[in-house]
Amino acid sequence: MTEAVLPKERITQERINDFEEVVSTYSEEEAFQEAKRCLQCSNPTCILGCPVGIDIKRFIYQITQKDYQSAYFTIREKNNFPSICGRVCPAEYQCRKACILTKKGMSFASEQAINIHFLERFVGDWGIESGIDILQNKNEKISKFKVAVVGSGPAGLCCAGELARAGVKVVIFEGLHKLGGVLRYGIPSFRLPPQILDKEIDYLNKLGVEFITNCIIGKTKSLNELFIEGFHKIFLGLGAGVPSFLGIQGENLCNIYSANEFLTRINLMCSYDFPQFHTPINVGRSIVVIGGGNTAMDAARSALRLQKINGIPPNVTILYRRTEVEMPARRLEIEHAKEEGVNFRFLVQPKKFIGDENGFVERLICLECKLGEPDSSGRRRPIEIEDSEFEVKCDLAIVAIGLLANQILTTVTPQLRTDKYKDVVVDTETMQTSIKNVYAGGDIVGGEGTVIEAMGMAKKAATHIITGLLTSNKLCKFF
Amino acid sequence: MKIINKDIISHYNNIRIVCLEISAPDISKMAKPGQFVVLMVCKEGERIPLTIVDNNLEKEIITLIFQEVGLTTKLLGGLKEGDSLYALVGPLGNPTEIKKYGNVILIGGGVGIAEIYPVAKALKEEGNDITTILGVRTKQLLILEKEMEKFSHKFYITTDDGSYGKKGFVTDILKEILTDNLTYNLIYAVGPIPMMREVSELSKPYNIKTIVSLNALMVDGTGMCGCCRVTVEGKTKFSCVDGPEFDAHLVDWDNLIKRNSMYLEKERHICNLLK
Repeated sequence: MTEAVLPKERITQERINDFEEVVSTYSEEEAFQEAKRCLQCSNPTCILGCPVGIDIKRFIYQITQKDYQSAYFTIREKNNFPSICGRVCPAEYQCRKACILTKKGMSFASEQAINIHFLERFVGDWGIESGIDILQNKNEKISKFKVAVVGSGPAGLCCAGELARAGVKVVIFEGLHKLGGVLRYGIPSFRLPPQILDKEIDYLNKLGVEFITNCIIGKTKSLNELFIEGFHKIFLGLGAGVPSFLGIQGENLCNIYSANEFLTRINLMCSYDFPQFHTPINVGRSIVVIGGGNTAMDAARSALRLQKINGIPPNVTILYRRTEVEMPARRLEIEHAKEEGVNFRFLVQPKKFIGDENGFVERLICLECKLGEPDSSGRRRPIEIEDSEFEVKCDLAIVAIGLLANQILTTVTPQLRTDKYKDVVVDTETMQTSIKNVYAGGDIVGGEGTVIEAMGMAKKAATHIITGLLTSNKLCKFF
Repeated sequence: MKIINKDIISHYNNIRIVCLEISAPDISKMAKPGQFVVLMVCKEGERIPLTIVDNNLEKEIITLIFQEVGLTTKLLGGLKEGDSLYALVGPLGNPTEIKKYGNVILIGGGVGIAEIYPVAKALKEEGNDITTILGVRTKQLLILEKEMEKFSHKFYITTDDGSYGKKGFVTDILKEILTDNLTYNLIYAVGPIPMMREVSELSKPYNIKTIVSLNALMVDGTGMCGCCRVTVEGKTKFSCVDGPEFDAHLVDWDNLIKRNSMYLEKERHICNLLK
């Protein structure tokens, strides 16, 4: 077996000075070499590992034949945004973990597993550069219908694309001033350059999708008004936008940010370019990030870059209550963070922030932990060790311990049934909510997930929306 | 998002208070007293919250009043009629609970007077008896005097320098009123944080429900970032979605003052560049 081919990466010392992308796209030769490693299993398990069931075996084979156009179409049958997913999918927990080359019983993919995500990204970027568009498969019978998509994150963009391709008139409503949802405000440009997102949005534009920014459904307009305005169906991709906090003493001291706020200031508001851009951000000398997910890695790596840009010696430490194995972040991002000089401290439970006389955070009191039995997530539960208290010096802290449902719309729409987490309840067959003709998908259904999972739900919803429109078309001849 | 009308309603030394009427068909339809918008002046700009002072359904406009203090408000004040904002979203936050309380004291300090105006108007329509106390540094900075007087059963003005009304602070008047044997059912105060805090301390012993509208720093204004979090009764609340109004007696004022000064250094820096 030949060695896995890894894409080129910018050298660490260079890349930590800016927010430009770290990992390159495979060259044709690299993609070819990596694709050739695929065993083309007669019973490909990788496909089962993909949340949207991309025919991985086929598109990899097509790369070996240098038939990139076919490879692109193969992926696009199931995934609308290969350039995005190829960059942000946690492949080592999904397709690559299911790859036959991953050793049995591993918690994530072996290094030998085919780099499916890098191949997907290669094909996706090839598609963007070649300017091939997925043809519209217009169904004249439904072209007179209008669907409102609420939210322009992964779920909303995907649903809009599916519907527009079928010829439905789609209007996307976005609360912020820019499109893309978490892909814009959450994921740093060194992982997902905004130009890639812009291309995907351009494509929707070409399909005739209309975008309305600065409009919060539930505040600026109600759901009911959308129906009155003539929308036949509505898709809700509201997202999980509300940051969780630790609920410990001192958490509202100055310079304690949620990861969402820290990343929004950087990604959406360009505060790394203050004062050219007017939104300020504070940069500490010793920064701690609390959490072990991708957001924690993103925040830590962004913080480190801010220190570099501002001439401060990098000093960022991630505190996580379990150990590295249990970290939910992508392995690649953990490696990148380590390479860039982010420190990791495991088995730590923050207990109390202490501030200075001006109300700025100064240190964090923590307890050490040990691992107990696995909890409901299947990961070993952290248990605090008594009398193990210690202090961590920090003049800036970022809390990255997860997100909750965005409740703006659900609180003003009592007919919209939610569960105990305030997530929207849907019929899992059709993605329809408790309100007829209103569908939902993405993180607002079932909580925080991945981009590709959101997309999977959005596609399912789109399929049922189209079926529904075709049915109502038969029923209502007067339209 | 187009500016239909602009007035400099107060000008004193280098301080200007500006009133903008902005075309906002959707927002004007939905806006209720106590709510705010978040806006950006230009694409490089900050997102800042401003209270909706008035809304006109027919003309589809909303009115904003602000004092030019930082870079963003200065840029906003520099826009002309016909110019458009880069972004405008709303109405955000929870509306004021408008009902018949009985005797209500409304207190506005500085540009906070603009923020109590829509509440005064709505409370008057519900048949409340309104006592108004307005406080400013000096006479030229007094805004909406006539308008507020119209809604008020009793009307007081204070100036720090004694150039108009009574010399002193709004709290001096409040102290006197609270001892006058009348029952007051609600105090609603908006102004500088030290003013709101003192109002709260004065009304607490009398056990009068006291509502303040907090001007915490915000980014998105929709509960997504937690920038605007305030400590209320020991718990973390988001001003944007849980507020902006809170029970004054439960607010951790120290925490709010400190959080609001988090970017003072940066603000000074960027304002110096503007000069």
